[in-house]
Amino acid sequence: MNDVTAAAAAAPPAYRPKLSFAWVGVVPFVAFAFLFLILPTLQIVTGAFRNPAGEFTLANVANLFQPSILSAYWISIRISVASAFLGCVVGFLLAWAIVLGGLPSWVRSPLLTFSGVASNFAGVPLAFAFLSTFGRLGLVTLILRDWFGINIYAYGFNILSFGGLTLTYLFFQIPLMVLIVTPALDGMRREWREAASILGATGFQYWRMVALPILWPTLLGTFALLFANAFGAVATAYALTGSSLSIVPILLFAQIRGDVLQDPHLGYALAFGMIVVTGIANFVYIWLRTRSERWIK
Amino acid sequence: MSDPFLSIRQVRKAFGPTVVVQEFNLDVKQGEFVSFLGPSGCGKTTMLRIVAGFEEPSAGTVNIGGKDVTALKPNQRNIGMVFQAYALFPNMTVAGNIGFGLKVAGKPATEIRSRVGEMLDLIKLQDFGNRYPYQLSGGQQQRVALARAMAPRPQVLLLDEPLSALDAKVRVSLREEIRAIQKELGITTVFVTHDQEEALSMSDRIVVMYNGCAEQVGTPFEIYNRPATRFVAGFVGTLNVIEGTITDPTAGTVSIAGGAVSVGNRVAGRKAGEAVSLALRPEAIALGRREGRDGLVKGTIREVSFLGSVIRVRVAVGEALLSLDTFNNPASPPPVAGETAEISFSSSDMLILDR
Amino acid sequence: MKQNRFWSFLFLAIGVLYFLLPLIGTFEFSLKMRRGVYSLDAYEAVIFDPRFQATFGYSVMMALATIVVGVLLVVPTAYWVRLKLPSWRPVLEFVTLLPLVIPPIVIVFGYIRLYNTSSWLPLTGTAMGTNILLMFGYVVLSLPYMYRAIDTGLRAIDVGTLTEAAQSLGAGWITIMWRVILPNVFVAVLSGAFLTFAIVIGEFVLAALLNRPAFGPYLQLIGANRAYEPAALAVIAFAITWGCMALIQVVSRFAPRPPAQPH
Repeated sequence: MNDVTAAAAAAPPAYRPKLSFAWVGVVPFVAFAFLFLILPTLQIVTGAFRNPAGEFTLANVANLFQPSILSAYWISIRISVASAFLGCVVGFLLAWAIVLGGLPSWVRSPLLTFSGVASNFAGVPLAFAFLSTFGRLGLVTLILRDWFGINIYAYGFNILSFGGLTLTYLFFQIPLMVLIVTPALDGMRREWREAASILGATGFQYWRMVALPILWPTLLGTFALLFANAFGAVATAYALTGSSLSIVPILLFAQIRGDVLQDPHLGYALAFGMIVVTGIANFVYIWLRTRSERWIK
Repeated sequence: MSDPFLSIRQVRKAFGPTVVVQEFNLDVKQGEFVSFLGPSGCGKTTMLRIVAGFEEPSAGTVNIGGKDVTALKPNQRNIGMVFQAYALFPNMTVAGNIGFGLKVAGKPATEIRSRVGEMLDLIKLQDFGNRYPYQLSGGQQQRVALARAMAPRPQVLLLDEPLSALDAKVRVSLREEIRAIQKELGITTVFVTHDQEEALSMSDRIVVMYNGCAEQVGTPFEIYNRPATRFVAGFVGTLNVIEGTITDPTAGTVSIAGGAVSVGNRVAGRKAGEAVSLALRPEAIALGRREGRDGLVKGTIREVSFLGSVIRVRVAVGEALLSLDTFNNPASPPPVAGETAEISFSSSDMLILDR
Repeated sequence: MKQNRFWSFLFLAIGVLYFLLPLIGTFEFSLKMRRGVYSLDAYEAVIFDPRFQATFGYSVMMALATIVVGVLLVVPTAYWVRLKLPSWRPVLEFVTLLPLVIPPIVIVFGYIRLYNTSSWLPLTGTAMGTNILLMFGYVVLSLPYMYRAIDTGLRAIDVGTLTEAAQSLGAGWITIMWRVILPNVFVAVLSGAFLTFAIVIGEFVLAALLNRPAFGPYLQLIGANRAYEPAALAVIAFAITWGCMALIQVVSRFAPRPPAQPH
């Protein structure tokens, strides 16, 4: 706050009206963002292209292309895509049910509040919850085994796997989608539906030609966000699987802790790879969005 | 009268215990322009939405072109509709919007293109086909909405307060344009509005609605000059109401503040001493004596508003405050508040308000 | 419409089932510590664990410090940008969205490399320095939520007029911030604060990699070594998150406060 005061004190004297020092007011924020957000990220990016002597090299990035690391990236991307996609679909259907599905109106508020809770209930406790429910001694596992005679583990299910992790991630992915897409569905005007209908369109044609194209940017953006959300999640996976499931964030976590390889520059490259993947996801999103959004001011 | 093209029979609509439309009957001829006029909440929009198929009537039927459409969904009725707030699809160009109805009907692309061109000519927006709705003004958007509704050649056109979101100048020019297009294409049209000026200037016939009932159905001339009920008289146009007492029912004399008037046989059968409400349009009252006018009362000028071509004068006559309009005359100065004045009218212009 | 409602109830039922089962499962599991009967033993074991008390206390302090620093950083900036530098808004929007896109583990990795003992700013050299670094990291993680909450709050009031009115009455900038702007966006600030609290209290990656004794790493440690206590901890964590969201709901009831405040 003192800096804002300083900015005011530094306001231009009356005889030089064209020089504005208003930018001084954002200096604290810019400095903070630079020191604790931009610079650390740049450090990783440049580090990925340097050897321990500080010279430029592509060797670190080339090192990523070994089977174990590639498969880690691959399974991370698969989990992120699957949980983001399912999160979008299920979250969309739930939001649709709330907004347009004719549910009693008292359902809406508790459901949105719960979504707020669940979307923030990630990390270690979430892993505990799913272990207690779908683990080998979990409630659902036991109920299915004892009451219905279905042993899901005999069918190859494992909470410490691709499927299990995706199922767990959905617990925060779905509510996040609900929170973002509900206002978007609220913004769909009733007249659009009625105009389409009176012009002879079926419900399906309305969704295909009007509603989905209008919602498309929101859906894409949420998908990109959910993807990044799952791709960077460490705590849930680490608490759930320890180091037994080799996904990129866990690999990097182990690298930083010094549990595995001692080459810090491979760590840089791993982190750089993560930035590249989420960066590509967001670039694709922005590109598709500008293509689909010509009709917005 | 030829067979009605759009026929609404005994329609009733209730949402739970609230009745919004009751016992509604209407026949509309092919090519006729009919307005539903009334204050908000009178059921006019609900009635329109029943014709469109968005609402199901609690009772009664809707026939279009001799076919009962009451049970049909909106997309099976072949109706065109223009909504209050444009409701253009924001993700489609003007051409895409206009062609939408043909596209969902599976028409070939060449036919769609030529029909869209025709419609753009009709609304005089030939060069706007590739624009998006946000790039158009309100009036342009509403013309596109009209073209979109007309493109699939609907049997009936429904207009739901299409002008109310526009500013005054555009509203007047667009209403003339809509009427011209409607006449050119000869399409049967139902127009919903709360603006009496729109209804009077555009319609072949007007249905004045109040509390879910059709109060009166008639031409604009009839509605304005021979209102059937007190509500119609008060809602359409400005009206001066004068309370009077019948002095002689057979002779038709009624005493009012500041004088007496004769209304002929229109109070026949009623008792002397009974109260009666008389009404006069502002344009039927003149300042000063006029040739051939039998009504004459004295009063005091209270207020003079200069409206341009017309000067509206309010004159206190007894308890009542009467509004009257005189044309502006550059040669003579307007009357001044505070002066006493005589006002004259023809008793045959007087309306007797029964209910 | 009837068909619609059938599908809605179906989707809702699936959703409720998916979201309630893990909660019920966890709760049930947390009660099973004593063989054969339901008991609160697991909760007792957790709450009287001195490490629980220490780490939980540490994380609460961290969350409070994060909230204070975050508010002091974001409120003046968002206010100033709205008032004087509207062209900077897209920049601010972009920067505050970055923490959602750049994984936290990457950011903390950068910290470790950038502020290690041999660097120009050796924050990780001392416990206090590391605490401060961790707190700054949490401010970064909460930026997207904090900025959006406060910006929404500022949008609801007429910043320019309020400022001019205060200035015409002779108020200086500190008075304006403290007496005029902050009270008017107080509800928004509280919303952001509760959300920040919910995020920081159980955070794992930053605390673990910076090696601080926070609640998140403690949770992980218990999870790796015990059977029933983790379930109890998960229930407690869920209750805290739920409490934060409930408080947001409660305070936002007071949200559009009339600008006519006594001060």
